[in-house]
Amino acid sequence: MKDIAVVSFAQSDCRRDAGACNEVELIMPVIEQALQEVGLRNSQDVDFTCSGSCDYQQGAAFAFVMGVDALGAVPPIKESHVEMDAAWALYESMLKITMGQAESALIYGFGKSSPGELPTVLSQQLDPYYLAPLWVDSVSLAALQARVLLDRGIISEQDMAAVVSRSRANAKANNPHAQLAGDVSVEELLAEAEWVAPLRKHDCCPISDGASAMVIATVERARSWGRPFAVIKGIDHRMESHNIGARDLARSASTELAAEKAGVANGAVEVAELYAPFSHQEIILSRALGLDDSTEINPSGGVLAGNLMMASGLSRIGEVARHIMNGDIRRGVAHATSGPCLQHNLVAVLEAA
Amino acid sequence: MSEDAGEHITAIETPVYLKYNFTAGQATTRFLQQVRQGKLVGQRRPECDCGNVYVPARGSCAACGLPTTEEVELGDKATVQSFTIVWIPIPNNPIQPPYIVANLVPDGANISFIHLMSECDNDSVHIGQRVEAVWKPEEEWDYAMDNIRYFRPLDEPDVPIEMIGKVPLAGWEGEA
Amino acid sequence: MSERLSQQFELGYTYTRSTGPIVGRFLTELRQRRIVGTRGDDGRVYVPPMEFDPVTASALDEFVEVADCGEVVSWCWVSEPRDSHPFDTPFAWALVKLDGADVPMVHAVCAGRDEMRTGMRVQACWAEETRGYITDIVCFEPEAQGKGP
Repeated sequence: MKDIAVVSFAQSDCRRDAGACNEVELIMPVIEQALQEVGLRNSQDVDFTCSGSCDYQQGAAFAFVMGVDALGAVPPIKESHVEMDAAWALYESMLKITMGQAESALIYGFGKSSPGELPTVLSQQLDPYYLAPLWVDSVSLAALQARVLLDRGIISEQDMAAVVSRSRANAKANNPHAQLAGDVSVEELLAEAEWVAPLRKHDCCPISDGASAMVIATVERARSWGRPFAVIKGIDHRMESHNIGARDLARSASTELAAEKAGVANGAVEVAELYAPFSHQEIILSRALGLDDSTEINPSGGVLAGNLMMASGLSRIGEVARHIMNGDIRRGVAHATSGPCLQHNLVAVLEAA
Repeated sequence: MSEDAGEHITAIETPVYLKYNFTAGQATTRFLQQVRQGKLVGQRRPECDCGNVYVPARGSCAACGLPTTEEVELGDKATVQSFTIVWIPIPNNPIQPPYIVANLVPDGANISFIHLMSECDNDSVHIGQRVEAVWKPEEEWDYAMDNIRYFRPLDEPDVPIEMIGKVPLAGWEGEA
Repeated sequence: MSERLSQQFELGYTYTRSTGPIVGRFLTELRQRRIVGTRGDDGRVYVPPMEFDPVTASALDEFVEVADCGEVVSWCWVSEPRDSHPFDTPFAWALVKLDGADVPMVHAVCAGRDEMRTGMRVQACWAEETRGYITDIVCFEPEAQGKGP
């Protein structure tokens, strides 16, 4: 695969309710910022544009088409969309570049979850015969998974709280866009009441509105722009059965396989940004990726500090790319997820040029 | 559903109802606040070369991808850019078919919106036709496009196709 | 922005879904208060039945009847039920492995918070009128003789 470079990345604040903004107003500032960092004007200046979003979140049919109003798509551009996290829009854009049909691409994701009740909306992405009619929500399914880990002694409640404590501290130190940030101890967290036991509210990512955007290009094109960039050295995504009962919920077999195919183990992982919407899932993921104490996990605070549903996966990749573009690190790993209990996972390895 | 043991189930009804709270967004809120006052107002970005005035605006100059910052008051008169005759009744809609749904460009705007036409002979509705808004009584005005009941034909010369979307707020006097 | 305009609305998707032969058989049996699964290529019994083996992808068509009682493999406690949930008082979601099945299914368990534990025995509580839906099983309840101390 030819090397592809991440050239710029921008993300909005994570806000519980961006009610005063429609999708165009959410998207426009991050697209403008991502393009301006490279000196580009609008989507006319890239070869391909691809977005990720889900209309069910806000209950607005074709909201993703409305989003095109933020692009400057006159005259018409080459454009595509995935009804998924924008990390998969990045994947599609990489295929487009790899096939030689584009040398640069603008990718963006947006989520406006505040109009609906997100865990309930997500219940309707489940099996429509066996699960959706029960309205099993996404938090409850994650709680079933957490108990599997607790019952088997793989993790403790202290381990889960430690993930949350570190997320909040990292968000306070490093992430101006975080929704939840601050100093809170494991003891304070464990003193809170259970919500969907064994999960406490803080074990679950907040619900956030916002958007993120990224510009990628061939390494040759990136060099011509004269800006620092990060190279995507490997990317892979794998999916597991929709049947929750048929999966080993204590591990993430799909992440393990994607990590192997993406080449995670081919070098030191200095930073990993993992899309773990629930505290126990960060532990599952770091084990699946073979990470140890030498890796700084979720320096941004991860999505426990703010979850832009349909943009958070792209943001994980953007966060790692930014560390490399800033010269802080030379190699990092980003992860995106989709579906209940980490059903579908994407792993990307990024390196300095 | 039958309790007959022999009948094999081949389909099930799986209705899904989801509750939402729609919020209008900044541009749409500004537009609806003016509609509430009985005025059609578009938006544009003065710096854009295209100069497009959008109605209802969604916050961006769609041609350029940048925020619309200036409001532009529009007239009640408009031009038919396209139309269709609807023969299918819509549940809960008091309008009985056949009726006209049209793409209309108000004077002073460049982009059309969709509204109804009435008080017209359906067979003689045509592209380029001049129309005007028929508003509900003021006491019924709300934050809604149906403050305008419909548009009705005007006795004015047609706008040639190449001029549709370019008629100024001052109106159309016919070919100069 | 002086004013924020918002409007509540409900979106309805009034779908009718074809079941296909495997799901249709399961629902037809449920209507008769029987629970069936399919046997996977590795011999494991999936309940509810899967149409295709999740490992080999081959079509599955060997039906196996299982019991309407079994064991809780994992569970969570819903202290604040949502409007969409089937119960308006606290209940559990659980992975229930029915006797004769190898793969657990997700369903609700109605029991006291203190009764809930992994490994507990539960049995199906059937709807008064069964119609061929997963909700023909209203929930699972602690097995009469298997109640905890």
